[in-house]
Amino acid sequence: MSIDLSQFKQTFLEESDEGLDVLESGLLALDSGTADDEVIHAVFRAAHSIKGGAGTFSLTEIAGFTHIMETLLDEMRDGRREISNEAINVLLTSVDVLRELMDSARDDVPPQMGRVNEVQAQLEGVLNSASASGSDDTLQIQNGADNSTADDELAGWLIKFHPHEHMLRTGNDTVRIFKELASLGDLENCADLSALPEFEHMDPELSYLSWTIQLKNNKQQGATDKAAIEEIFEWVEDDCELSIEPLRLSSTSNEAASQDDVPPAEQSTVAVQANEQEAVDNVTPIATKADAKPALKASAKKKKAAEGGSIRVGTDKIDSLINMVGELVITQSMLSQMGDDFSMKKIEALREGLAQLERNTRELQESVMRIRMLPISFSFQRFPRLVHDLSQKMNKKIELKMVGEQTELDKTVMEKIGDPLVHLVRNSLDHGIEDPQTRLAAGKNEVGTITLNAYHQGGFIMIEISDDGAGLPKDKLLQKAIEKGLVSEQENLPDEKIYDLIFHPGFSTADQVSDISGRGVGMDVVRKNIKELGGNVDVTTEEGRGTTFTIRLPLTLAILDGQLVKVGNETYIIPLVSIIESLEIETDNINTIAGTAEVYKMRDEYIPLVRLYDVFDVVPGTTRLQDCLLVVVEGDGGKAGILVDDLLSQQQVVIKSLETNYKRIQGVSGATILGDGTVALILDMSGLLTLAKEIEPAQSYG
Amino acid sequence: MSKSILAVDDSTSMRQMVSFTLKSAGYQVEEAADGQQALDVARTRSFDLVLSDVNMPIMDGIELIRNLRTLPAYKFTPILMLTTEAGTAKKMEGKNAGATGWIVKPFNPDQLLNTVKRVLG
Repeated sequence: MSIDLSQFKQTFLEESDEGLDVLESGLLALDSGTADDEVIHAVFRAAHSIKGGAGTFSLTEIAGFTHIMETLLDEMRDGRREISNEAINVLLTSVDVLRELMDSARDDVPPQMGRVNEVQAQLEGVLNSASASGSDDTLQIQNGADNSTADDELAGWLIKFHPHEHMLRTGNDTVRIFKELASLGDLENCADLSALPEFEHMDPELSYLSWTIQLKNNKQQGATDKAAIEEIFEWVEDDCELSIEPLRLSSTSNEAASQDDVPPAEQSTVAVQANEQEAVDNVTPIATKADAKPALKASAKKKKAAEGGSIRVGTDKIDSLINMVGELVITQSMLSQMGDDFSMKKIEALREGLAQLERNTRELQESVMRIRMLPISFSFQRFPRLVHDLSQKMNKKIELKMVGEQTELDKTVMEKIGDPLVHLVRNSLDHGIEDPQTRLAAGKNEVGTITLNAYHQGGFIMIEISDDGAGLPKDKLLQKAIEKGLVSEQENLPDEKIYDLIFHPGFSTADQVSDISGRGVGMDVVRKNIKELGGNVDVTTEEGRGTTFTIRLPLTLAILDGQLVKVGNETYIIPLVSIIESLEIETDNINTIAGTAEVYKMRDEYIPLVRLYDVFDVVPGTTRLQDCLLVVVEGDGGKAGILVDDLLSQQQVVIKSLETNYKRIQGVSGATILGDGTVALILDMSGLLTLAKEIEPAQSYG
Repeated sequence: MSKSILAVDDSTSMRQMVSFTLKSAGYQVEEAADGQQALDVARTRSFDLVLSDVNMPIMDGIELIRNLRTLPAYKFTPILMLTTEAGTAKKMEGKNAGATGWIVKPFNPDQLLNTVKRVLG
């Protein structure tokens, strides 16, 4: 039977990606000395699985390469080899090489063997450097493989087989062995019952018999290989007394001795081959550049490949989903039964049924959403390596702390936040943390700390990237902004606005452009990307003490809790998370500044008013303020009051992209279809407030 | 009734491959991702054959075999280890734990089926 193995390749590659992540994080833990025994076992297991799978699925380059890694790891695991910094670095580089090999396998292109061979040589260099491990594996294979001693005059084989008493307990059945032998030729079997004890002393689970078997060549099958017979007994050779001797037509014993002479000779040639192999290994150039090339390029490529990929879901999530669907089906059948002979008497029951349907649907929806939720550790896991490599490159000492790795986040959001996160972490490494001398001089610990922290807040996930480095230089920022004409010298900017300048396009404070960061193409793109996800990024900093970037992202891009509001004939949706409160307007509290801009005095603060019908140019139901309602929202760091005709219901809405269906519109983040089939626009608070500002430039926001 | 096989491997792709191959040959296959899972399944029903990887988290193959052999229903059940050629020592360890035999990785579907047929007849 032929089975197409390529169908498993995708699964193999996916699980290998996970295996490589385990390898990488394990190696990093080993390097920093924080690892326990389980780590090296897990690392070994990962390499072992990749090798095994690669071999099975005919990815020979990967199998061969991983074999060397595995050998090295095996020695480390058994304590035969010290876990040196050098070895770890070479292994980390090997992980990169494996990733490249996996990518080639994924794209079905031949791998770039140049780098593979280079790193393989490094690995072998490490392997041969200290404790010499015997290559007994190879010897073992070749030894067992070729033992063909086909002799023309051979009539068959004489096999003496005496199982040890316990053999049956290994699950090996003598009947099975005989059946297999019988498939090789004509079998004559003679059992020796002499060892059989008296019936009352007999343990039925033990084997007391021994056999003398003549296996004669028959005409159809021709001569039998000794190796074929040995293979049949392979599993039991330590559980029995076994002799296999050639069977001659006339006598059986005479030539047995000469036959036995052959194997030793073969063995010696095998040994010579093995030595040669070792010798070759020894002369390969031992290039051990400790500096591992950063895996950045590879990881970027990997991400691209993974985006269309599959998702692994815990069985508990699936179970709860199936459960929900079950309930939904019950509710549905209840309702349809009711519809068969409906009368007004049943209206109450119908209402109940519909309420239940709504509950079921919502639960189902939540469960489905949960499937897309993954712990942010998927995104965080690349950072230990990044920090390890970059800090070595920059001669800085940096410790990376990660908090809240189990915080869950929608998969699509996660995929898109990866690059901005990398950028921010690199920034902290490059600009934030000072070199050890500077740190010591400033009275700080020479080891800098970068902390990644993730947690939920409302419907958002917050990700903080903080360092205890130099902080942002306020004066320098301001000076640069003035130089570039972004702010005038007279302007008296509050601190936050000054720090916010780093998100301005083309703004970089790095005196020298390094190859890690500082080209000034970064922070504005970071903010832009995060805003596209409906989130925001802010910075807080203290000179000499450190900087913290805080990213705020919606948990999901597919659904949001919205407040439906009415303006004229239009229905808009305001995301519930951005609403602070809604109130009736007391006209006394309205003030007009500079002639046009209206502000509303709410308790102790003044908030700008946004007349939605002005911004979107629709005909309102009323322009009388006392008939309107005010929805107080927060967006982009400021509050604002939005004037609407009426508040409708609150409901969850499914977000449909305007961009893909129409085009991008400022102030609108998407659209949804309401229960009655009409389309409602979902308002984007930050965009809306900016838009309102443009319409009334004089308006000022506090 | 077709023979039933318990396939144990922590690698999803290997498990899928083994399972798919055996199912296409008409066997019933149950899967487990580590020794502990396998043992839990094995306690609830019997199998005609157990195929187990050696290196696995939580409970490895050797430990699984040792545990299975203590169950009355598994005293004589054939248990095959899926092992790499590097594991000569592991093979012995497995045999001592009560393994029937082994299949050397990497193997292709035909080799797998041949070996399984050999054991199940």
